[in-house]
Amino acid sequence: MVMKRLLLGAAALALSTGMAHAQYSDGKVKIGVLTDLSGTYSDLAGKGTIVAAQMAIDDFGGKLNGMPIELISADHQNKADIASGIARKWYDTEQVDAIAELVTTAAAIAVREVSKEKGKIDLVSGAASTPLTNDKCSATGFHWTYDTYALANGTGDAVVKNGGKTWFFLTADYAFGHNLQAQTEKVVKANGGVVKGAVKHPFPNADFSSFLLQAQSSGAQIIGLANAGADTINAIKQAKEFGITQSGQQLAGLLVFITDIHSLGLETAQGMMLTTGFYWDMDDQTRAWSKRWSEKMGGGKMPSMVHAGTYSQVLHYLKSAAAAKTDEGIKVADEMRKLPIADFFAKNGKIRADGRMVHDMYLAQVKKPSESKGPWDYYKIVRTIPGDQAYQPLSESTCPLVKK
Amino acid sequence: MTLPPFVTSRQKPFILALLGLGVVLPFAVYPVFLMKGLCFGLFAAAFNLLLGYVGLLSFGHAMFFGWSAYLTAHAAKEWGLTPELAILMGVALATALGAVVGWLAIRRQGIYFAMITLALAQLGFFVAVQAPMTHGEDGIQGVPRGHLFGLFDLADTMTMYYFVLAVFVASLLFLYRVVNSPFGQVLKAIRDNEPRAISLGYEVSRYKLIAFVLSAAFAGLAGSLKSLVFQLASLADVSWHMSGEVVLMTLLGGVGTVLGPTVGAFLVVAIQDFFAGIGSWVIIIQGVIFVVCVLLFRSGMIGVLAPWLKRRGITG
Repeated sequence: MVMKRLLLGAAALALSTGMAHAQYSDGKVKIGVLTDLSGTYSDLAGKGTIVAAQMAIDDFGGKLNGMPIELISADHQNKADIASGIARKWYDTEQVDAIAELVTTAAAIAVREVSKEKGKIDLVSGAASTPLTNDKCSATGFHWTYDTYALANGTGDAVVKNGGKTWFFLTADYAFGHNLQAQTEKVVKANGGVVKGAVKHPFPNADFSSFLLQAQSSGAQIIGLANAGADTINAIKQAKEFGITQSGQQLAGLLVFITDIHSLGLETAQGMMLTTGFYWDMDDQTRAWSKRWSEKMGGGKMPSMVHAGTYSQVLHYLKSAAAAKTDEGIKVADEMRKLPIADFFAKNGKIRADGRMVHDMYLAQVKKPSESKGPWDYYKIVRTIPGDQAYQPLSESTCPLVKK
Repeated sequence: MTLPPFVTSRQKPFILALLGLGVVLPFAVYPVFLMKGLCFGLFAAAFNLLLGYVGLLSFGHAMFFGWSAYLTAHAAKEWGLTPELAILMGVALATALGAVVGWLAIRRQGIYFAMITLALAQLGFFVAVQAPMTHGEDGIQGVPRGHLFGLFDLADTMTMYYFVLAVFVASLLFLYRVVNSPFGQVLKAIRDNEPRAISLGYEVSRYKLIAFVLSAAFAGLAGSLKSLVFQLASLADVSWHMSGEVVLMTLLGGVGTVLGPTVGAFLVVAIQDFFAGIGSWVIIIQGVIFVVCVLLFRSGMIGVLAPWLKRRGITG
């Protein structure tokens, strides 16, 4: 063992004197994309995020200060234990320097813990919950695309101001759902609204009939859906079948992705207010990128905010690693906090002490079928929510890294 | 009734070779993978005590495995206990749960026994979903491995590995001793012909209960170790999939053999590890392997090797 260590040390020394960029461990920079490739979230994240990460690497030039950049990916099946196992293996045996995407809060937190322990970088795009930038924050962990605070703040605020004063929540019974409901309740109450009640449904769930009937009998104007993915889609479809939407009660999907709107169809989804971190049809840059992405995905699809966010975070990581001239986690993380983010996804993004990437969010309304001019023409952007208003103020963060 | 000696002279070199392999292997193979295999191997061995030697198919062993993992993780993280105490607490909880579940379940046999254990385990699962202690979907994350007896730093992967290996070997020897004791003979008698065991004057339900509690305790030990190895206790550990997986491991490896469950566990863990990239297809691959195994070699991998091992005097 001692002999082996000595030999290894000698080899490392020989390499470090022989190579110009010895600060890059193993002579390469390696990024892992860990996402849901088969489950509930595989549409809004999934394969598209691997494509997005590869695009970021290609756009960066495929090499970082002469070092090759490699990409690896795996399916965490939305399970914390699988995510943690893969992350550990990647850091220990695959020389992975940063893990990106990480949809599902439980999986993201699991990887956050491993990354913190190993001093490696984790870049969260798909997961929503705010603990990632509060008590679970880390010096090498970043939260990129959106979070439950921004969603509640955007959609909740807009709906109450449009006259939706009384609320009833349908909440997915796990940490994310509870988190989203609590955040939205706060916004509703702060704006003078009233919460009439809430019901928790199992995750994932297929039959919402009893929950919807409770929501209906509550008499609330707004039924807030504190869930995501297939659960939101099922709830909205079934609410229509029950005649809830037709009888005057409105649904407010608190986390809705463009892929959800695509599965629902405009006929069902029209008029819904939602908050998003990205829409493909905003300007020439977003359209150009989305078109490229769509072609790589085989056409017929447009990117969700999670896909675009993954591109942005991987590109920013590479830029920072190049500027820091190393792939050592903490040094790259410092550089990431220093550099501003300016790409098609975030025009004026910056990273705060708690790891939150602050960028503008958008309040959108789903178009009527008559307004839609073509495939995936789904949103009207109602207003832009400036980054510093969209996200939780730094002063409220419970992250120990925030100096108060 | 004559009992075979604990370890025969022909078994000795074989056992020593296996032990040597266990000591050397982490230098060649990723140690975390090996630890996972050992933890599940122990879990499957505990399960095998019940299925292989008493003939009781429990479908609720995830309850002992998972809840023990939760308590160990909680004790190590929130109460700051040393790993050995945290593990002891986990095992104590699993033993207590085993006593309650066993006391209820052994009154029935066959499919009814399986369903009762499954139902009780599902109760345990839903408590885990709701209880604040378990942190629901997030699980208990970032569990500190701590210092064993205040001396050995388990944060070092190799130290952790040898600790897991030591616990595993000791447990397997203990289980081997149990099944090769007069007590074990009675268990086998119950498995083969329960009315006859009753007519011979054995209090069958007491033997069954003891075996059930022992099995639960070792399942708990495996869960506790796992929560320290991965520094995580999650809902996956208490879900019925876990109960199913341990059945799969045991049957693949060879039910009613000492080493079979471990071999099966390593096989399943290796499949999961190797095919991790293709995600949930792993479950389908496992299913296909299971079907093939049931069709072609019902007694499992070690079961198929058994005649060969027997000829060499390695198994009794």
